[in-house]
Amino acid sequence: MTTSPQAQTGKPSLWARHKIFETNSILLILGILIVVSIGGLVEIAPLFYLRSTIEKVEGMRPYTPLELAGRAIYVREGCYNCHSQMIRPLRDEIERYGHFSLAAESMYDKPFQWGSKRTGPDLARVGGKYSDAWQLQHLNAPRSLVPQSIMPGYPFLATTELDVNRIAQEMRVNRMSGVPYTDEMIANAVSDLRAQVDPDHPQADAFQKRYPKAASRDFDGNPQRITEADAMIAYLQMLGTLVDFKQYDNKANLR
Amino acid sequence: MAAAQHFSMRGNETIGAGLCAAFGILFLIIAGLTDHSGYAFHMVVMALACGLGFYAIVNRAAQGETRHEPLEINGRPNYEDGPIRFATIAAMFWGIAGFTVGLVIALQLAFPALNFDLPWTNFGRLRPLHTSAVIFAFGGNVLLGTSFYVVQRTCHARLAGVLSPWFVVLGYNLFIVVAGTGYLLGITQGKEYAEPEWYADLFLTVVWVVYLLVFLATIWRRKEPHIYVANWFYLGFIVTIAVLHLGNNATIPVSLTSPKSYILWSGIQDAMFQWWYGHNAVGFFLTAGFLAIMYYFIPKRAERPVYSYRLSIIHFWALIFLYIWAGPHHLHYTALPDWAQTLGMTFSIMLWMPSWGGMINGLMTLSGAWDKLRTDPVLRMMVVSVAFYGMSTFEGPLMSIKAVNSLSHYTDWTIGHVHSGALGWVGYVSFGAIYCLVPWLWKRERLYSNRLVEWHFWISTIGIVFYISAMWVSGIMQGLMWRAYTSLGFLEYSFVETVAAMHPYYVIRAFGGGLFLLGALLMAYNLWMTVRAVAPRAEAVPAHLQHVPAE
Repeated sequence: MTTSPQAQTGKPSLWARHKIFETNSILLILGILIVVSIGGLVEIAPLFYLRSTIEKVEGMRPYTPLELAGRAIYVREGCYNCHSQMIRPLRDEIERYGHFSLAAESMYDKPFQWGSKRTGPDLARVGGKYSDAWQLQHLNAPRSLVPQSIMPGYPFLATTELDVNRIAQEMRVNRMSGVPYTDEMIANAVSDLRAQVDPDHPQADAFQKRYPKAASRDFDGNPQRITEADAMIAYLQMLGTLVDFKQYDNKANLR
Repeated sequence: MAAAQHFSMRGNETIGAGLCAAFGILFLIIAGLTDHSGYAFHMVVMALACGLGFYAIVNRAAQGETRHEPLEINGRPNYEDGPIRFATIAAMFWGIAGFTVGLVIALQLAFPALNFDLPWTNFGRLRPLHTSAVIFAFGGNVLLGTSFYVVQRTCHARLAGVLSPWFVVLGYNLFIVVAGTGYLLGITQGKEYAEPEWYADLFLTVVWVVYLLVFLATIWRRKEPHIYVANWFYLGFIVTIAVLHLGNNATIPVSLTSPKSYILWSGIQDAMFQWWYGHNAVGFFLTAGFLAIMYYFIPKRAERPVYSYRLSIIHFWALIFLYIWAGPHHLHYTALPDWAQTLGMTFSIMLWMPSWGGMINGLMTLSGAWDKLRTDPVLRMMVVSVAFYGMSTFEGPLMSIKAVNSLSHYTDWTIGHVHSGALGWVGYVSFGAIYCLVPWLWKRERLYSNRLVEWHFWISTIGIVFYISAMWVSGIMQGLMWRAYTSLGFLEYSFVETVAAMHPYYVIRAFGGGLFLLGALLMAYNLWMTVRAVAPRAEAVPAHLQHVPAE
């Protein structure tokens, strides 16, 4: 290293000051920690307190027990590897998929499933686009309905009994981190789940009151059993249906 | 002789054996209590690992005092290379496994019948297996092995700890086994590159803390005051990965007997946490860690000092400061607030500068030694890796510009970009380091065949070119098809028409990936023959010519 400038001013150069990090491992680690914390703090922390982050909308409610179970299957099978759930405010996407996604629409999503790749189409508003029978057939054998599809078949969903043992506990864990499930919802988790696949269930009215506008029917066409296909289709059919965009006032959230 | 030794255990051995026994029993109890077969399987695997750990510690203690290796022999450091040899073999094994799964899922996209419609063979479960196998299993073992090698040689000191380095490499690979089999069994958090569930995450946290301590304690044994630049990058990688791992895996388990957990964050905050993690898994795992490899192995192999010491200081601090901000470019035009997207884009573009600063520092280290590229295919591989690094760190900032991203996002362009970095940069610099390490670690005179390295280099380079070109074409084409309008103002293509148009490119991509796998198989054969058939290195080499650090 050249030393002449320091020799003249008597001060060590900036480069020489770096020696303190090179000779002290603890200072080096502290330096790293401080330097890598700044960006994360600036970008993440405000999302928890800036009120404009999530807009106020009508209609958002926590997932019903059956939808929550269906969502767990969606996550388990890795659907997010090929399907996004995030419509961008671009003309072609709005025409193809519907109103752009609002932050509020995924406010109860743990984990979020916005995805990063569209090997298949976006599913943020797939709810109600196709019939239950179409969804079942498509899950069983995608190419029987869409010959050029490259989606794997999931015939095992319709033949696998849904595991409902832990659903109340799963809702409790969701509530611990902010999803507004009530004591009543958790206490009735299993009966609500059964009521959603059986409109004649004695609990059906109470279920509807707890989860307004939730679809209640036998989703997989097999009333004998509650299968994983029931849960999966219930979840798919509610995606993007909670906010009524005929009522939604997008100007109200301008701040 | 051994029979005459009497059995005695040191304090740390007693603690290690005790922890193995206690956790082994705990895992067996959980395995008995749970009704989830995949989780029970994992608990049995982890209990078995505890049992093996217990047996290994006690068995070692039975060897008596001969087990204690001296720190120095004849005034020279007595380096601990056992865990490094293990990590090197593991890296090669997981690399080939990960490339193979990658080829399988590439073929599934071209020929969907290959999904076989079974739970454990469908694309959705295999894709995380591929990404984790190549990033964390292959890349992770390369980083563990090289970091333990580099820190010893640059500090002139034996690796700290006796059981701990083995715990780090074996524990890390156990984590990989649990994570990978978990995906196939449907155990996943559903967060990209952070799929392992809570119990695997907790275990990895313990392994990682021990890793940091072993690395630091070895640095504390150093003979000279300065910590070599490669070790800054390794420390940056280890420390930041710990922070990212904790932030993105803050979950509440459903119960002790359930593999499932729910993350503390939801929706938009979870998205920001995820891509803060996801992009910095690229920035600190796949970049900072492998830059450390560049800063040791390229000067070493080229027998030249690092081009610029000052540039490496700027490179280090600017890179780690800027990278952390880049996450939101994965969320352009989403429901994430605009201010965060703009910050992400701005810092991603600025990131181009330190990235190219590092590339220049790596490439210019060849000053005066460029002729070696003609004769040394291993050095050529590492230099080309730095060129790929330059290419993908130019493409990345380009794709982070919102206008470009509106076209590229959700398409194969992203996949192509990732693979130019992963195959070209991470893959090649790792291959180069392993080609260097195997003769050094097994004390061989040279590699078995330089010609095979040439073949590996050219076959896989052609493979990479096929791969990324196919993804450029398919990605940009699909992006344009999605937004194409007819003259009457209607969307021109249905979604599935854009899927069908991808088929030829998916076939070409699989072909390119196949070539890359073939190259890795040649490499494995070459390394196997190096250990088997090449004469041992003559031990008469003077001490001052061995293991001289690059600086």
